[in-house]
Amino acid sequence: MDSDLSPQDKKDLDKFIKFFALKTVQVIVQARLGEKINTCSSSSPTGSDWFNLAIKDIPEVTHEAKKALAGQLPGIGRSMCVEISLKTSEGDSMELETWCLEMNEKCDKDIKVSYTVYNRLSLLLKSLLAITRVTPAYKLSRKQGHDYVILYRIYFGDVQLTGLGEGFQTVRVGIVGTPIGTITLSCAYRTNLALMSSRQFERTGPIMGIIIDHYVERPFTNMAHMHPCSYRAPGEDEGGTYAGIEDSQEVCTTSFSTSPPSQLYSSRLSYQTPALGTVDLCHPTACTAAAHPHQMVVPGKEGGVPQVPAQPTHGTAAEHGRIPSCPTGQSPQLAPPTSCSSEVKTVSPSDALETTFTRKVGAFVNKATTQVTTTSLDLPFAAFAPRAYDLQENDPMVHPPPSPAPSSPLQGSLHSNTSSHSGGQPQDDFVMVDFKPAFSKDDLLPMDLGTFYKEFQNPPQLASLSIDVSVQSMAEDLDSLPEKLAIYEKNIDEFDAFVDTLQ
Amino acid sequence: MNCRSEVLEVSVEGRQVDEAMLALLHTILLHRSTGKFHYKKEGTYSIGTVGTQDVDCDFIDFTLVRVSSDELDRVIRKAVAEFKDALGNSGSDGMGQISLEFYQKKKSRWPFSDECIPWEVWSIKVNVVNLANEQERQICREKVGEKLGEKVINIVEVINRHEYLPKMPTQSEVYNVFDTSLKDVQPYLYKITYQITDSLGTSVSTTMRRLIKDTLAL
Repeated sequence: MDSDLSPQDKKDLDKFIKFFALKTVQVIVQARLGEKINTCSSSSPTGSDWFNLAIKDIPEVTHEAKKALAGQLPGIGRSMCVEISLKTSEGDSMELETWCLEMNEKCDKDIKVSYTVYNRLSLLLKSLLAITRVTPAYKLSRKQGHDYVILYRIYFGDVQLTGLGEGFQTVRVGIVGTPIGTITLSCAYRTNLALMSSRQFERTGPIMGIIIDHYVERPFTNMAHMHPCSYRAPGEDEGGTYAGIEDSQEVCTTSFSTSPPSQLYSSRLSYQTPALGTVDLCHPTACTAAAHPHQMVVPGKEGGVPQVPAQPTHGTAAEHGRIPSCPTGQSPQLAPPTSCSSEVKTVSPSDALETTFTRKVGAFVNKATTQVTTTSLDLPFAAFAPRAYDLQENDPMVHPPPSPAPSSPLQGSLHSNTSSHSGGQPQDDFVMVDFKPAFSKDDLLPMDLGTFYKEFQNPPQLASLSIDVSVQSMAEDLDSLPEKLAIYEKNIDEFDAFVDTLQ
Repeated sequence: MNCRSEVLEVSVEGRQVDEAMLALLHTILLHRSTGKFHYKKEGTYSIGTVGTQDVDCDFIDFTLVRVSSDELDRVIRKAVAEFKDALGNSGSDGMGQISLEFYQKKKSRWPFSDECIPWEVWSIKVNVVNLANEQERQICREKVGEKLGEKVINIVEVINRHEYLPKMPTQSEVYNVFDTSLKDVQPYLYKITYQITDSLGTSVSTTMRRLIKDTLAL
């Protein structure tokens, strides 16, 4: 089979397939970022846009894709899959769709690699752009933010569709025949959104006086390879990350030749090393990432995830059930994205993790230091100050574990969001270590509101409601009824006059 | 060579006509546009880059993807607006069809004009419905969005059959295959026409040919 293919053709074909796979992943993930994608047309070929399409390269995504491919190419029996799933703030997750790039054995020996295959791959990418906006996950991804986030996972090998539930639908994006096999691109998407319907993002009421321990065990062990569909523009920190991957900077300058009727071609592939970061041809308005490195991900329409001005990523993340992430907030350390369940939707500034953890103990309290100092009792909200210093020593919020990647979900969940507080009323995601109701300081009583509440949380049942007493009293009531009725009838005029005064 | 013909049908509310037509026409043109050709010596050419743009519809739960070319968008919008006006001015039932035809020009000898040979025609049949209340409109928003999604899948399916496409032309022939008037992208030569149907299903007025892009006929 390969012997019919010239070495140059084989080399070109491998290159086309490799970059097609990378661009496919980019298109899919970018379509699930939750925002509209705009790229510019350019009449002059720049030599760096594969398949003559302006598709940005998000470095993280390219890195993940290359890691999944591990030097191999999609081929017969070796499919590349991009799995898109949804994760709610309560920790529920659900696979939404799986995009599969596969190859079967049907070969088209006569097809011209550098011309026809290339153009058909370009067409297939355009189809992918259109289809990614049509599947149900697109609308969900546009609304992600406060209640749920969209994650992606890239894997190589056998296609796994079991997580899509029953009755999943498949849509074929397209096929391209090549001399070594036929490339097919398809999407299997879930139709049964049962998880969504039962939860419907309803907000449970605030639970007071209970220490909520959402996560008995790490819920994200199976999410080790999930990544948020979020993006941070390559900054100076991140540029070095991918320097080692040199072929990511290959550039395609393909010339075509017309020599009708036979379409002889001459293709020249030149390799350049562009500047660090994405080769971005567009002006900033088209690429919000580049323009706003701190806020790549546009929050969803429901108010979205609030910005994190100086709060750590962990705090914000955990509020919505996300584990503190590493890559988005920690590029200098560069924990590989797969090692942490990075599901942070909002991307705080890269220096956010250098800031200290803050502890929210009540409404409007925002201390930027790690130490929660004991305030004087004369100051307002003095009740929020911890009673003893030993609380601080053991408090994981004040002394966070050093490595954020494997930080426990419980600790993460103890941090609160910056903006989801209203006076005195803990939000559903607000987890309290110690019950301190707002405004509860009371000089008169020896106990405060919290203690009072705990003590009288389970009052004894009323005597009149107990069974023995009620039975007895009921019998007595029945017996006395005729007498009472006789009295009322005698005084009926008085009652009527009373009623008249009311009207 | 036979002309490939595809028919798509949609039922929309009056205010959805524009966006539904734009969605389908732009989807087709996305696949039938390339970057600008730059011919060099020795018969080689290079191709510019095509950007894409997501556009949210206001009256339909749908996001369309179109080529990043304001010029092309203006042309299509103008054609759709004319179609919608004609639809509005026609009888009350509001049925019509807008056609996007891709063609090649074949030079003929004088005094005959160049021949336009269509190689692919997309016909979009529109049925305009009237809705009584806001609830129905909301349902219609979602339903039409889903319907457009199905149509996009149909379009993609047809295009990915990789049936006949004109051969890539030499520099002298490029004007017979591609529309080179736009400065940022290069669609295949196309024209948009429409016809309005009356309630009996026949053509009320003669088919109005609007040559959006073409050289002059005699």
